[in-house]
Amino acid sequence: MLKLLFPNKILSLSNKLINILILLMVFIIILGLINALYISPADYIQGDSVRIMYIHVPASLISLGCFALIGISSFFSLIFKIKIFPIMAKSLAPVGFVFTLISIVTGSLWGKPTWGIWWVWDARLTSMLILLFFYITYLFVWKIINDYEKAKKISSIIAIIGSLNLPIIKYSVDWWATLHQPSSITLTSAPTIHYSMLVPLIIMLIGMILFTLVIFFNEI
Amino acid sequence: MFGKKVKSRMGFLVLILISISVGLFIILKTLEDNVVYFFSPTEINNEENISKNKTIRIGGLVKENSIIKKNNFIQFVITDLKNEMIVTYNGLVPNLFSEGKGVVAEGKLKDKNFFIADKILAKHDENYMPPEVIKALEKNKN
Repeated sequence: MLKLLFPNKILSLSNKLINILILLMVFIIILGLINALYISPADYIQGDSVRIMYIHVPASLISLGCFALIGISSFFSLIFKIKIFPIMAKSLAPVGFVFTLISIVTGSLWGKPTWGIWWVWDARLTSMLILLFFYITYLFVWKIINDYEKAKKISSIIAIIGSLNLPIIKYSVDWWATLHQPSSITLTSAPTIHYSMLVPLIIMLIGMILFTLVIFFNEI
Repeated sequence: MFGKKVKSRMGFLVLILISISVGLFIILKTLEDNVVYFFSPTEINNEENISKNKTIRIGGLVKENSIIKKNNFIQFVITDLKNEMIVTYNGLVPNLFSEGKGVVAEGKLKDKNFFIADKILAKHDENYMPPEVIKALEKNKN
């Protein structure tokens, strides 16, 4: 476990791991897609458009999770100056950015048939767009600033400030009146989503987390 | 446990984070009327001076048996189970628009109980179920 603290050691560990991860990921995503597209039922109101959820919800969760990890790593990076933290943060950003984009695009595709509109400026959608801008700024800083120490410092500050947006995204649907519906899965009460739809959702989430790990280890 | 430098960096960062959070909270609290996407009929009812020229959004449930349709013209009642508001609209409504379900109407107030919408959006809730389950649930209810 101590090996993980040294960036050059993580590289030697990852080559073998990546191949296993890719195999597992492909298997689980195929299983998830079969479940999501064929086995799972249509929704009683939304019909087949509910199937967008199986991409939209995991993508959103991962985009928030990635940024939370980037924020925490950046915080530790600034305080303890341990080399692995900025590398971890930097390597999580591309995949987190892509999932934010996927979340917004699939959400838009879902919004048209259900709400009757592609985009609204409600609190959930707007705060999610702000997250996308934080990802873009974060990646941009690493790209354009050549001095590693300087890029590390500025990107860390952006990530820490951007992290404050995460609870706003999460609780926007509870704090304010939004067009976006509240969460179906909460820690405090039973999920309001039928198990026949919850199972493919969880399989897809695991598959997409594995995808995130594959990209992460590739970036590192 | 930590060195002096580490401690001071940590204190500094935490202090900055707290002050930004407080600032953010104050901003969002002040701008609450702009952050909320729609008002409920009760909020409109409690409002002292309503502006009739401003475009606003009203949200709630479509009251059961309240929809009147004539060609493209539609009239219905938005309720938050405390207060109600009559909404009229000319145009097509989203597929998910139906009685007992959530709705958001964008338009202008004529008075406190009458709203002329120029956009209707369907709002759905966090419940996802296969059709057979809802049928079984309704059967048990009767």
